[in-house]
Amino acid sequence: MRKFNLLDGLVVPLDRRNVDTDAIIPKQFLKSIKRSGFGPNLFDDWRYLDQGEPGMDNSSRPLNPDFVLNFSRYKGAEVLLTRSNFGCGSSREHAPWALEDYGIRSIIASSYADIFYNNCFKNGILPVILKENEINRLFVETLEIEHYRLKIDLSEQTISLPDGDHLKFEIDTFKKKCLLEGLDDIGQTLKHKNKIRDYETHRQQLKPWLFLS
Amino acid sequence: MAGKTLYDKLWEDHLVHQEDGASLIYIDRHLVHEVTSPQAFEGLHIAGRKPWRVASILAVPDHNVPTVADTQISDPISRLQIETLDKNCQHFGINEFGMHDIRQGIVHVIGPEQGATLPGMTVVCGDSHTSTHGAFGALAFGIGTSEVEHVLATQCLLQHKSRNMRISVSGSLQPGVTPKDVVLAIIGEIGTAGGTGYAIEFAGRVFESMSIEGRMTVCNMAIEAGARSGMVAVDDKTIDYFEGRPFAPTGTLWKDAVKEWKKLYSDEDAVFDLEITLPGEQITPLITWGTSPEMVVPVTGKIPDPETMPEDKRESALNALSYMDLDPETVVSDITVDKIFIGSCTNSRIEDLRDAAAVVKGRKVADNIMLALVVPGSGLVKRQAEQEGLDKIFIDAGFEWRNPGCSMCLAMNDDRLEPGERCASTSNRNFEGRQGAGGRTHLVSPATAAATAIAGYFTSANLLSTRLH
Ligand code: SF4
Repeated sequence: MRKFNLLDGLVVPLDRRNVDTDAIIPKQFLKSIKRSGFGPNLFDDWRYLDQGEPGMDNSSRPLNPDFVLNFSRYKGAEVLLTRSNFGCGSSREHAPWALEDYGIRSIIASSYADIFYNNCFKNGILPVILKENEINRLFVETLEIEHYRLKIDLSEQTISLPDGDHLKFEIDTFKKKCLLEGLDDIGQTLKHKNKIRDYETHRQQLKPWLFLS
Repeated sequence: MAGKTLYDKLWEDHLVHQEDGASLIYIDRHLVHEVTSPQAFEGLHIAGRKPWRVASILAVPDHNVPTVADTQISDPISRLQIETLDKNCQHFGINEFGMHDIRQGIVHVIGPEQGATLPGMTVVCGDSHTSTHGAFGALAFGIGTSEVEHVLATQCLLQHKSRNMRISVSGSLQPGVTPKDVVLAIIGEIGTAGGTGYAIEFAGRVFESMSIEGRMTVCNMAIEAGARSGMVAVDDKTIDYFEGRPFAPTGTLWKDAVKEWKKLYSDEDAVFDLEITLPGEQITPLITWGTSPEMVVPVTGKIPDPETMPEDKRESALNALSYMDLDPETVVSDITVDKIFIGSCTNSRIEDLRDAAAVVKGRKVADNIMLALVVPGSGLVKRQAEQEGLDKIFIDAGFEWRNPGCSMCLAMNDDRLEPGERCASTSNRNFEGRQGAGGRTHLVSPATAAATAIAGYFTSANLLSTRLH
């Protein structure tokens, strides 16, 4: 898994609550059997004026000039600033895959849907949780200041603002460790192979009906 | 010491190991479908790994399958995705109900129907509506594709324990009010993020008298309230439901299992982090008016005015009304509808079809309805409905009677809304574009969808009968 430690990234503000996974990556793109290539279709319905289908040449599609990702000042953004309950809806990991493929390395919001939040960590994306008033401040500053960048330090759990201010954020110890070290989850779990086997054997004796087929 | 909640009991029973606050949880049943599994299988191949316990896996294609009889999948990308599932299952020896198997259907319908998901199990699937299987005292939740691969490789998941919430619906429901209305009322009350971080137990008199299929409808939409899992305690109905199902135990094993299942309830002195109570009598047939499942009003009501809403809701409401092309204060029954969809893992089981058929019987779909679809949740539900003559009732009324699959719930196959079309749908998500780009979805119960099909505008089954008499 990709490591995350320090990021100094341009911020793009997406001023909406409850952005759902259908909006992040519409279902027609879920037919792919690959993990990559979803970036051009991130926020497809909002980003383009025509109806997107898999296999289209996205570079020649008409862009929606009113959608924030299409503003030239946010080109190359690596930090997505948004609002509460981001990533609600389906479990599709295609959502973080699309964000990652587009170049987003960190998201800042006041809350996330549970499954989406977990999925981010599996893909080297850091979802930061800040308080509503801090989010409001970042929205104001992002709009006011061109090329607004934030420095996100995972090991210190801080975000440095251009004016030198710092914001602290909380994160679960285990998730932090996995992201900092880029640990492979499966490899980690398989270290406990014997424990799993023992549990399984015991369970099979106790509740054999769970092992019928 | 305080007693344990149902969720505490299920969690502790599956705990393999703990480290840094993260817990390794053992998974009893892994359901797999074609959309969220190819990349997980690919990961296994690349790492040279094999599934840990093949017998724990049951696979079925559902999202992409066509619902028109005897058609091949015209879209080559959809076809490839289904063929990839077939190939992966063959390669690893995984039990799969293929596209032409009578047992094929929506993953959350076939699991309980087969007894492949049972009380006391941990059930996961790369699909957020896995919460459905909590209806019979299982711990069931949706996972992402990396986690699908993790379960395939290790039979375990790294999890953090959720907090406990109990939602009690007291008293009883009025005639014509269905489990779908109950869950819409709950989501309307707590909001789409109200359950985030919680495991929800649904309790109270209303759930005690609700059928297992009704409980599935409610647990199915726990995720729409932000909770990864929803559950209901085991009772006699639960046990009756599973007796004789193909994957369920028999003989002495059955008796031993039942003894264990009877322990699956929250202790009386268990403490919940959050308790919410709704009076059942106050719930009426509901409909969503916006693009989030929390945007609900009674079918007899009016579209709300964003100006009267708290500030944090106003902008989403304005966006939603503009997308839905609705004005504030519009009377719901003045809104006409273009398409009807009865189906999805929320409402495609036999009781749902019976409910809808009872409303439709002897009546005709209104002229302004361009398409009215009934899509049973599985091949076996379809067969059962046909044995009861429900298909005739629907077809005579002007509905199309389709083959099982997810269909217009998310429009990955050919069933979809065109831009601007308005649909009364028994599915679970009314997000922008969910049923087709530009489509407008109103979530309702099967009875309300059926009544709306007959009227041509939104109405409940109760109102439909008063209109006609
Ligand atoms: S019916 Fe709809 S919600 Fe249910 S599994 Fe299929 S696509 Fe998902």
